[in-house]
Amino acid sequence: MAALTELTAVELLEQLRRRACSSEEAVKAMGAVIRRRDPAIKGYLEVDEEAALDQARSADAARARGESGSLLGLPLAFKDVLNLAGQPCTCGSRILAGYRAPTDAGAIARLRREGAVFLGRTNMDEFAMGSSTENSAYQVTHNPWNPDRVPGGSSGGSAAVVAAGEAWAALGTDTGGSIRQPAAFCGCVGMKPSYGRVSRSGLVAYASSLDQIGPMTRDVRDAALLLKALAGPDPMDSTALDLPVPDYMAALATELKGMRIGLPKEYFVGGSDADVERAVQEAIAVCRKLGAEAVEVSLPHTHLAVPTYYIIATAEASANLARFDGVRYGTRTKADVHDPIEMYAKTRAEGFGAEVKRRIILGTYVLSSGYHDAYYLRAQKIRSLIRDDFDRAFGTCDVIMAPVTPTAAFALGAAATDPLQMYLGDIFTVPVNLAGLCGLSVPCGMTTDRLPVGLQIIGPAFGEEQVFRAGYAYEQATQWRHQRPPIADRTDLQQG
Amino acid sequence: MNYDVTIGLEVHVQLKTRSKMFCSCSTAFGAEPNTQVCPVCLGYPGALPVMNGEAIRYTVMAGLMLGCKISAYSKFDRKNYFYPDMPKNYQISQYDMPLCLGGSVDIDVGGQAKTIRLTRIHLEEDVGKNMHFARTSGVDFNRAGVPLMEIVSEPDLTSPEEAQAYLVALKQILLYAGVSECNLEQGNLRCDVNCSLRPRGTTPLGTKAEIKNMNTFKGVFHAAHAEIRRQTELLAAGEKIRQETLRYDPDLDITVPMRSKEYAHDYRYFPEPDLLPVVLAPETIQAWADQLPELPRQRRERFVREYGLPEYDAQVLVADKVVADYFEETARQAGNPKAASNWVMTEMLRQLAAQELEIGQAKITPRALGELIRMAESQTINSNTARQVFGILFAEGGEPAQIVKERGWGQVSDSGVLEAAVDQVLAANAKSAADYRAGKKPALQFLVGQVMKVTRGKANPAMVQAMLEQKLV
Ligand SMILES: [Zn+2]
Repeated sequence: MAALTELTAVELLEQLRRRACSSEEAVKAMGAVIRRRDPAIKGYLEVDEEAALDQARSADAARARGESGSLLGLPLAFKDVLNLAGQPCTCGSRILAGYRAPTDAGAIARLRREGAVFLGRTNMDEFAMGSSTENSAYQVTHNPWNPDRVPGGSSGGSAAVVAAGEAWAALGTDTGGSIRQPAAFCGCVGMKPSYGRVSRSGLVAYASSLDQIGPMTRDVRDAALLLKALAGPDPMDSTALDLPVPDYMAALATELKGMRIGLPKEYFVGGSDADVERAVQEAIAVCRKLGAEAVEVSLPHTHLAVPTYYIIATAEASANLARFDGVRYGTRTKADVHDPIEMYAKTRAEGFGAEVKRRIILGTYVLSSGYHDAYYLRAQKIRSLIRDDFDRAFGTCDVIMAPVTPTAAFALGAAATDPLQMYLGDIFTVPVNLAGLCGLSVPCGMTTDRLPVGLQIIGPAFGEEQVFRAGYAYEQATQWRHQRPPIADRTDLQQG
Repeated sequence: MNYDVTIGLEVHVQLKTRSKMFCSCSTAFGAEPNTQVCPVCLGYPGALPVMNGEAIRYTVMAGLMLGCKISAYSKFDRKNYFYPDMPKNYQISQYDMPLCLGGSVDIDVGGQAKTIRLTRIHLEEDVGKNMHFARTSGVDFNRAGVPLMEIVSEPDLTSPEEAQAYLVALKQILLYAGVSECNLEQGNLRCDVNCSLRPRGTTPLGTKAEIKNMNTFKGVFHAAHAEIRRQTELLAAGEKIRQETLRYDPDLDITVPMRSKEYAHDYRYFPEPDLLPVVLAPETIQAWADQLPELPRQRRERFVREYGLPEYDAQVLVADKVVADYFEETARQAGNPKAASNWVMTEMLRQLAAQELEIGQAKITPRALGELIRMAESQTINSNTARQVFGILFAEGGEPAQIVKERGWGQVSDSGVLEAAVDQVLAANAKSAADYRAGKKPALQFLVGQVMKVTRGKANPAMVQAMLEQKLV
């Protein structure tokens, strides 16, 4: 039998159900792996093993009493942007150093009710702004496949710890690709649910009309399991819609007969690296062998998606981040100040990193009188055109397949020199957020440099079932999910 | 040169919801600072607003009372500015799609009736309150997130007198609508005054200046006068009026420009992504319309029609909804609207004014007053005694019959007792009796008075008079 820490979440839960192991044993075993591997990866900001063990023992005791829960005893890592009662929540920012959340996020509360155990906070780009996790104020996370490469972002810590075998599964958040892109870069599965599927209460907002929480896992079945637990309405978030939550695991199948896969012609025009394009084309060929029919679709406003996204997301961010002023919580400048406005300015100048400041300034600009109509209002109009594009496309197909990113993981330090190039890397992911759709990233190959490539499967709003079905059938027909990054061998050998 | 004055008012009204606009914190006034707060109204990271449906309903009710068009679709927006009393450094308000559009308020100044048009009514959240101590400052967020309705008038007011009349009329309607306590001391009604002048007879409006945050009607009246003086002097000196924000200094009775920095804002409005748009079905609006109380004017007309009250009396009674409610209940208890009206208008309002009380603070209930009226009408007690009983009820409460019995104030209508007293008085005042018989009619009143005296005021004066007339034929 594979080591406890190598199992998928579904497999581990089966072991727990059969009492073949306890949650406490699982947490201890994972603690050991984290101690061996994370010094090289730096995916976690904090692992509170004692707190996790307490929760694990409670879960074991609950099971002994005959209680059940779909996640009873399953340890999870979570992105540092989610509120857990009494736990730090820094959003990768200095300005929230020392801050502790007063209550559980709505999605966290749902997982707790199902018996999940929380292992530790993962690193991220500050306030989820970035594609490399290098914008964290605390540490640089390394890609488990190559320590000189980024893990992607902003949920880079979550992707890295799942890929490096330091967590069975993790929670990420996705505003413009922040779950799917790091999942693709690190070779794990990442699901961005439809807007309104998962409560955002207790998720520190970057861009409120785009943010969603989602699972990052070792395979598609685990993502289906976790989304079932995460999804549903929340009295604390009026944008979390009260729609029935299907049994996503029951929707999984190993063939794709009758499924129509849309291939947007604008996504396959040579904008991607050859290795990426080849891997995605091969994946589509596999899906056709499984019975799917490929049809060409058109998303004519694709070229406007990135600027539209950066206008809307930064506009909302400029307001969302205004609350970090040092008055009520978080860090406050120690400098001498004469009035509150000066106190804000110094606190924010000291507390925010460069990328966050760049986006606040950009967002403030696009909303300013005289520019509001030309930028913000036009972006809103284009956003509805992009939504219309997808509506039309989904008239002729069930899911859309595309690359997650034009390239595999880039080198550490590369994004800092050219932020615009980094923004353009979001071309395949941001349209999904702008249109409120769901999107899954599934490993679909390796580049010649031995870096993972992700296949993106996009579904209509609340079409998660068909996306999971396609992703699972493809995954089961290939072997990519069994690939392990070299970090595992390297660190485990070093430790003997 | 003479100028025409143009005034428009923006009135912020605190709605009487029990909880705040986006969280379940209490809106009660006067609590210790920062005891009615939570992650939502403190703007904690991750906390989201969730709409209080009562705030929407109250705003729509006010809109219906004021004749507004209710928007089937409206939305909320973020108004961005940094200020320490703002938990999120943006205020959730309504920018271009408010809940209510149009509407009007009827006023009457010096017998001149006039209709003041409304532009709109929108809903927004209140901010906290900055507090300054010897060496530090603090913010009390108890008020942050309390629902405020902003009622914006068209620039239809042409004098400070009209502005004050508008506020009085508006407050009366809001009290009738039951959407706000309208308690000025607690800051339930706050007002920004826009004021401009233009040469008499010309049409284009002059540049307006805005006096911020007035919280009494008298204050608005004086501030508007002061601002008109300021602008008149500037124009007389050949200067231009600047569009700016002012505050009113009541000690010096002048308006003072605020540092322009304080209000030089680009609010960068955009739609609030955390809240869904408000969609009101026609049936919902109709159901709320069906619950609307009478307007003050309708009630006045009904008092005249139904109770036969003089127009003036009806107007006095409906001016304050609580007084009108008190009157109607008293009339029902007494079974005599005219007598109830007399008592409420005279004794009640006189005592309230003398003691500077609101009607709710007096101890006398409509039921007690109703009973007192019945006792007086049936001549169980005479009118002097009734007034004395009223005084006791007003100050201490209680049952009129009990009070009369305890103090031995019952009116004597027993003809045996009265006849003995009458005979006694006639025997002792033979001259007056003779005068009356000789045609000196006023002698009768003297004799009645004498009977009252020997019965220590308890005799039924009508019976005494009848008895005397009979005996002196
Ligand atoms: Zn609150």
